[in-house]
Amino acid sequence: MNKVFLIIQREYLSRVRKKAFVITVFLVPALILAMYAVMYFIAKNSNEMNAVRTVKVLDESGTFGKAFKDRKDIKFQVLKTPVATAKKDLKKNKEDLLLYIPANYSSEDAVQILSTKKPSLNISGEIERQMNDIATNNNMVAKGIDVSKLNDVKSNISINAKEVTDKGEKDSSIGALYGVGVAGAIIIYLSLFIYGAQVMRGVIEEKTNRIIEVIVSSVKPFQLMLGKIIGVALVSLTQFLLWIILSVGVSYIANKYFNAPQSPMLGVFTALKTVPLGYIVSCFLFYFLTGFLLYSALFAAVGSAVDSETETQQFMFPITMPLLFTYLISVTFLAQNPDSSLGVWLSMIPFTAPVAMMVRIPFDPPAWQIGLSMGMMVIGFLFTTWVASRIYRVGILMYGKKASFAELAKWFFYKE
Amino acid sequence: MLSIRNIVKQYAGHTALSGVSLEINRGQVFGLLGPNGAGKTSLIRIINQITAPDSGEVYFDGEKLNQSHIERIGYMPEERGLYKKMEIGEQIVYLARLKGLSHGEATRRIKYWFEKLEIENWWNKKVEELSKGMQQKAQFVATVLHEPDLIILDEPFSGFDPVNAEIIKNEILELNSKGATILFSTHRMESVEELCDSIALIHKSNKILDGRVKDIRNSYRSNTYLIEYSGEKLDFTGEQPFTLLDEIASEDCYRIRLKLNDYTTSNDVLQYLIPKVRINLLQEVIPSVNEIFIQKVNQIG
Repeated sequence: MNKVFLIIQREYLSRVRKKAFVITVFLVPALILAMYAVMYFIAKNSNEMNAVRTVKVLDESGTFGKAFKDRKDIKFQVLKTPVATAKKDLKKNKEDLLLYIPANYSSEDAVQILSTKKPSLNISGEIERQMNDIATNNNMVAKGIDVSKLNDVKSNISINAKEVTDKGEKDSSIGALYGVGVAGAIIIYLSLFIYGAQVMRGVIEEKTNRIIEVIVSSVKPFQLMLGKIIGVALVSLTQFLLWIILSVGVSYIANKYFNAPQSPMLGVFTALKTVPLGYIVSCFLFYFLTGFLLYSALFAAVGSAVDSETETQQFMFPITMPLLFTYLISVTFLAQNPDSSLGVWLSMIPFTAPVAMMVRIPFDPPAWQIGLSMGMMVIGFLFTTWVASRIYRVGILMYGKKASFAELAKWFFYKE
Repeated sequence: MLSIRNIVKQYAGHTALSGVSLEINRGQVFGLLGPNGAGKTSLIRIINQITAPDSGEVYFDGEKLNQSHIERIGYMPEERGLYKKMEIGEQIVYLARLKGLSHGEATRRIKYWFEKLEIENWWNKKVEELSKGMQQKAQFVATVLHEPDLIILDEPFSGFDPVNAEIIKNEILELNSKGATILFSTHRMESVEELCDSIALIHKSNKILDGRVKDIRNSYRSNTYLIEYSGEKLDFTGEQPFTLLDEIASEDCYRIRLKLNDYTTSNDVLQYLIPKVRINLLQEVIPSVNEIFIQKVNQIG
């Protein structure tokens, strides 16, 4: 066991000391900081846009005039001056807009909005909507339709999702759950690949460097494989942990210095608060770790079977297929139907569960399903580690032999 | 020290070792000889417990080979390598700790060896910055650092330049004189005779010959002598106490190879020749290990 610890130590330190590791650790919080900065500037700009604009209405048709209703960011003011004077005034009051409605307003492009600055879509859209409403109303009145009755009939429904739990009702945001689930699945999918490939590359490195025989004369191949896998797992956990700590730190600082109360992202954060993040992060770590142990053992076996990274293709395909398949299904179908029977099955099979379960976790699948799935994960990784180690112990000492699946099967059945 | 009994090892499709037995005594320099692919490396891997035999046993100091013996064996494989991106000193410390040394002890001993081989300033160098010969020196240090009782070297001199090969050879002999048993394999048989006490010849997964080098060669003596003389060219008409095998004339002397007749000695030959010519050289022709090997292989057919 002492020797496995030594191997873990070497695998861990040699990776953590690399520049690439340090850079990626700081890159993610830096990106988050940048995101906050962007949010801050968006919020600042939207404050500017929210300033009250005065629209001067020059109505030659007489239909609209006083019918415009003020909003908190738009004020309407009816003018009686001729167009030329109004246009001159506009140059003095640069914040104002001039709405010119000619007598034959219904002909194409007759209505004009004039301003020194480009009017925002928001304002021109609002004016258009109000004018259409007014014109429709007028038409209905002209045709003898009782507008007040019609308004009574109109309904205005908006759904407020509330989840019934033991603690009573609480607000829940389906959007946030969906987002968290998909994000978890994507991160697991990517990190299984990235760190699994690191294990594989490590094995190939030892094989091509020909140090493998020196090492296995001191330790058992299984110890070496296990040490490498655990070492890389610890590297990945360190990375995640540093990311979480640094991101929280950065968020705290950002909140303090970029205080933007009207930030559009604020809605996202309040939505996120309804999601049980601690629970999801724990599940994420469990599924990442077991999924990693499961897949990296296979990656190690592949690494042992080849002489260089270019030869790995034929073996990588069947390993990555279930993962890729689940990933695609998860972000499209499963996220919409987390409790479908396909979802339940995929979250039970150890090869697909890490991704599939991450999508389902935010939607609170039954406890027995989580328990069973976790149990299957443990059995799954023990099984693949056992299979992989039998291939690995033979593969690492084979050189110049083009390995095939039949060859791997033969290796598996070799006696010691 | 090491007793190998009836080892059989089969790989899918071919037999690497079929019933090989060897005895290696403490303090010996033992050469495992044979052409490439004879099964030498398979045997060495079994001794190192990298693979296990299909049948047969290995005893180390009277005990059946087990994990505890790993720390008493130092192994330098034919295919040598180190982690390219790792610093030399750190790397050897790592390898030594895998063999059971403590960090401090490993560091102390590496310093001793680095000074001895005059490579002190390599400690912080990465392997990829070193030349191939330098890497092999470092590898040698890693092999012997834990002061193993048994040092196993697979083709130790391949890849070394002559100067470094000599240095390493002397280090091996020095370790041997301090009590370490050396087992090395090679297909270059001529390098063996001066180095080995005992040898075993492996051919096509079988041991075809083993024993002390001196004994083996003596058993292959054939009463053949080489004589160089100067003076008048001699005619051998049949009265002489030997049979002439061949004769070479050079500028100012003649070389003959002869086989003694029964019940005669080299002294009889000299007595016969001295009155006639001046003798420059008399040497018994004993076949080299290489010749014995070829002879033996041909015998087996």
